[in-house]
Amino acid sequence: MSEYLTSSDFMILMIKIIVIFGGVMGALVYLTWIERKVMARVQMRPGPTRVGPFGLLQPIADGLKFLFKEDVVPANANRFLYIAAPVVSLIPALLSFSVIPFGPWLQVTDLSVGLLFIFAITSLGVYGIVLGGWASNSKYPLMGAMRSSAQMISYELSLTLSVVGVLMIANTLSLNQLVMSQQRTWLGFIPRWNIFLQPVAFLIYVVSAVAETNRLPFDLAESEQELVAGWHTEYSSLKFAMFMLAEYANMVTVSALATIMFFGGWSGPLVGPHWLKAALPTFWFVSKIFLFIFFYVLLRSTIPRFRYDQLMNFGWKVLLPLSLANILATSFVVAIS
Amino acid sequence: MLELILFYTFGAIAVISGILVITRHNVVHSAAFLGATLFAVAGIFLTLHAEFVAGVQVIVYVGGILVLFVFVIMLIAVERSVHERQYNKQWTIALITSAILIVEIAYGLYRGRDSLVLPAVVPPAAAAAGGNSEQVGTALYTSYLLPFEIASILLLVAIVGAVVLSKKRTPAEE
Repeated sequence: MSEYLTSSDFMILMIKIIVIFGGVMGALVYLTWIERKVMARVQMRPGPTRVGPFGLLQPIADGLKFLFKEDVVPANANRFLYIAAPVVSLIPALLSFSVIPFGPWLQVTDLSVGLLFIFAITSLGVYGIVLGGWASNSKYPLMGAMRSSAQMISYELSLTLSVVGVLMIANTLSLNQLVMSQQRTWLGFIPRWNIFLQPVAFLIYVVSAVAETNRLPFDLAESEQELVAGWHTEYSSLKFAMFMLAEYANMVTVSALATIMFFGGWSGPLVGPHWLKAALPTFWFVSKIFLFIFFYVLLRSTIPRFRYDQLMNFGWKVLLPLSLANILATSFVVAIS
Repeated sequence: MLELILFYTFGAIAVISGILVITRHNVVHSAAFLGATLFAVAGIFLTLHAEFVAGVQVIVYVGGILVLFVFVIMLIAVERSVHERQYNKQWTIALITSAILIVEIAYGLYRGRDSLVLPAVVPPAAAAAGGNSEQVGTALYTSYLLPFEIASILLLVAIVGAVVLSKKRTPAEE
């Protein structure tokens, strides 16, 4: 055991963990800036401009503000669960980054059941919302938490079923091998990405992913006009910041999964000297994720919220049958060829 | 050795929190301990090199079924349930039958005491057969096809039954 702790394998693993964790945390903080800036532009406002050039230091100012704000625990709240809820929602959100391949070598560990691991871990995120809403002991958070749990259970089904078609084509659950299976090209220039083979699955995945992360137009758990702020109404200070971080981390996770499963992960043209060839895959991967995040923000700033019954009807009567039909069709094609 | 320690640790967690699930008065605590039990069982699967089953265990039980439990718990008044009487008049009979059961299990354990020290788990040629998930799939769709299909029919019937029972009757039907 002690030999392992001093070996170079262990050092490399530690460096990978520090690079990925540090990079992801930094990116999450700056996602708030991107979101505010892009939304402001869509709505013809300048957005944050005061702190630093282009408001670039705004996230740091926000972070400091979260640290120094008063930490309120409501009088009749269930104290233990109230404090535990933000932790319960942040830990699973960050754990999923341990299996995501950010590049051919930039991956903490390549599990043979990596995709299953991510789905298992992210399915725990709902507990943070449910426990937080319940422990606040107040009506708006409870309403938000109940809506959220019903919504997340409903859309988790179609989210999980939508990837089955991709898995049937790729024949693996390992995220790294999923990327490897999309390396070749058609006619020499069209990349062999699963989006061209599974367009329906991709649409189902994107819709369910937005619903799973509780973002507009599916943010009924928060829904400011009816529920103040939904399940995190009573939260303040660093606990609120943890909920926000978890939400952004989940956004990045589902975007990364979409990139890996449908857009070839870190694959892309490799040019230039040796060091550039080593860095380019990570660059392609991050750019593809960024496109998804951009889409998320545009969606938030343009589309109004669903009504609750519309949400349930759409999930159970449209998305679920559609994903089952997609599995049937794909299995026929795979069996024939 | 490490595997043995892990196996018995997870086993102990599963059993102890399983007992706490039925003895706690507060339903929220019961649900939390149920979660611990389910996680410990997933851990046992992992020590047995059954990664696929461990993942499915967490997705289905912790991420699905337990969420539904918590969902229902949020709708009931927890304070009242704390003061509710936990056992009914049949507890003497239940005590006797469970005592007999415990004696039986203890005897079984005593007879099989040589197998308590588990043989070293060999990952069942996972790499050769193409991975754990593939093995589960092959087993399900070849050797155990009939039981698998029967189970799926049973589940379908249960779902249809639940829908029929919970559906509101229209006046015309009555």
